[in-house]
Amino acid sequence: MPLFALVDGNSFYASCERVFRPDLEGKPIVVLSNNDGCVVARSAEAKALGIKGFVPYFEIRALCEKHGVAVFSSNYTLYGDMSRRMMQVIGRWGIEQEVYSVDESFITLDGILDLREYATRLRADVLQRVGIPTCVGIGSSKTLAKLANHVGKVFPKAQGVFAWHWLTPEWQDKLMARIEVGEVWGIGRRISERLAAMGIRTALDLKRADSRDIKRQFSVVVERTVAELNGVSCLSLEDVAPAKQQIIASRSFAELVSDHDTLASSISHHACRAAEKLRHQRSVARLVAVSIHTNRFRTQDQQYAGWLVLPLVHPSSDSATITRAALAALDHVYRPGYAYKKAGVVLMEISPAGRDQHDLFAPLPDPRRAALMAVMDSINHEFGRGTLRLVSEGLHRGWAMRQEKRSPRWTTCWDELLLAK
Amino acid sequence: MITALFDPATSPPRLAIPVYGSAVPAGFPSPADDYLELTLDLNEYLIDDAAATFMVRVSGDSMAGAGIGSGDVLVVDRGIAPQHGQIVLAAVDGEFTVKRLHKRGDRVALIPENPAFPPIELHNGQELCIWGVVTGCIKKFV
Repeated sequence: MPLFALVDGNSFYASCERVFRPDLEGKPIVVLSNNDGCVVARSAEAKALGIKGFVPYFEIRALCEKHGVAVFSSNYTLYGDMSRRMMQVIGRWGIEQEVYSVDESFITLDGILDLREYATRLRADVLQRVGIPTCVGIGSSKTLAKLANHVGKVFPKAQGVFAWHWLTPEWQDKLMARIEVGEVWGIGRRISERLAAMGIRTALDLKRADSRDIKRQFSVVVERTVAELNGVSCLSLEDVAPAKQQIIASRSFAELVSDHDTLASSISHHACRAAEKLRHQRSVARLVAVSIHTNRFRTQDQQYAGWLVLPLVHPSSDSATITRAALAALDHVYRPGYAYKKAGVVLMEISPAGRDQHDLFAPLPDPRRAALMAVMDSINHEFGRGTLRLVSEGLHRGWAMRQEKRSPRWTTCWDELLLAK
Repeated sequence: MITALFDPATSPPRLAIPVYGSAVPAGFPSPADDYLELTLDLNEYLIDDAAATFMVRVSGDSMAGAGIGSGDVLVVDRGIAPQHGQIVLAAVDGEFTVKRLHKRGDRVALIPENPAFPPIELHNGQELCIWGVVTGCIKKFV
């Protein structure tokens, strides 16, 4: 029988901040979204103060000041690096691994006998090596593993580890009867409302639902969820990476370019074009790469080539998001004093739009952005490309995200390393 | 897939240092050296477990006697269980400090290697939080 575990970081962004701030041990921490707009992550202590997720920061500012809550702007560079480290350590504990989001990973544990001891050691290992506390949920399908992870979180007695196997079938059902159907993986708000209308309100109700009924009313996806709740594994780990697709937008300059601003305008332009292509094929990209290089045929010139890949927090096709990432990447690869011949943007890890589950702790992409992009594309289509464009295209450097409280990039920037006396 | 900026641990080294196939203390290299067998990877030399290794910058001279100076970069491995006599990065009163760990009998202390600094004694009930073990020290002269 297959055995899956879902391992995820507790209050991941807040935990990342705490690793480098021992003075915040046991203190409340919140992390704000891009532009310091709203709360995207809360430590357990902050939750205990009654701070809710996704509330605008201005609403809780006074409360934070009163209770000495440590407030951070989101530091995605740090979270990305800590995620990579955490996933690497978690992967050593599984036979196979699927990194599911910035802070969640499935692993297979087939053949492990003492699950409690194994999961406890896994948690201790991640905590020691990376400093991030985790929660482990185990079940015989991915859906059950995810639900077990939920149980491990909400029931303090579980102490961060829960496996369905520990309970008799009768007690498994009693527990499932206490879990709302909306907590089941893949059951969003709309589906749960429709299920409620059919009298299906808890995870147990869904487990016991007639799968043919479910298939008729919903889709094969929800039918699969029912099977998975019954311990029949339908979803395997996506161990084979999908074929590499990419979108490239690049062009040689008519004349060699050496100043940053001109390069930035060109990178913005390419980023927008690439994003437009992406939207045209109804896809989103996870990675944005930037490449700049000098003319290697001009042997009398000093040669340089810069290349950098940046991950997006959410896969996106939003021109602004992709441009911002591309410009950030440019800032890292740009070296003054060279004559550049070509600049380009490459989008990778492309997947169909609307299929990814969003990262629970990251700011959700604003749905209005998609509408804005559609309008921009249709106007540009009708009146010619470039009729409507982002401010950063053509107007050098339009972009500075507001992040007044960002912590140093402790792990990725030589100038921002941790200091020790 | 997450690709981090300037990750010292997993990105390929910026400068690959060629190693020649035959040992040539002096004289002419052998014709076999026309091709390279290997390169030296400083990451590989300095880092055992990339996921658990962090770089930290030293500020101050409390460990001068151990060859650790202000501005040096320390390689810190969180995966190693700290033992008596090792140099560790510890959190004391919410601040990071680099000291040699003393753990013998009842005495637990963080010992500086500079007579100008007093040892940090940990008394009963005082919690010692060791963040990681210092496995290397990187100095740059130019």
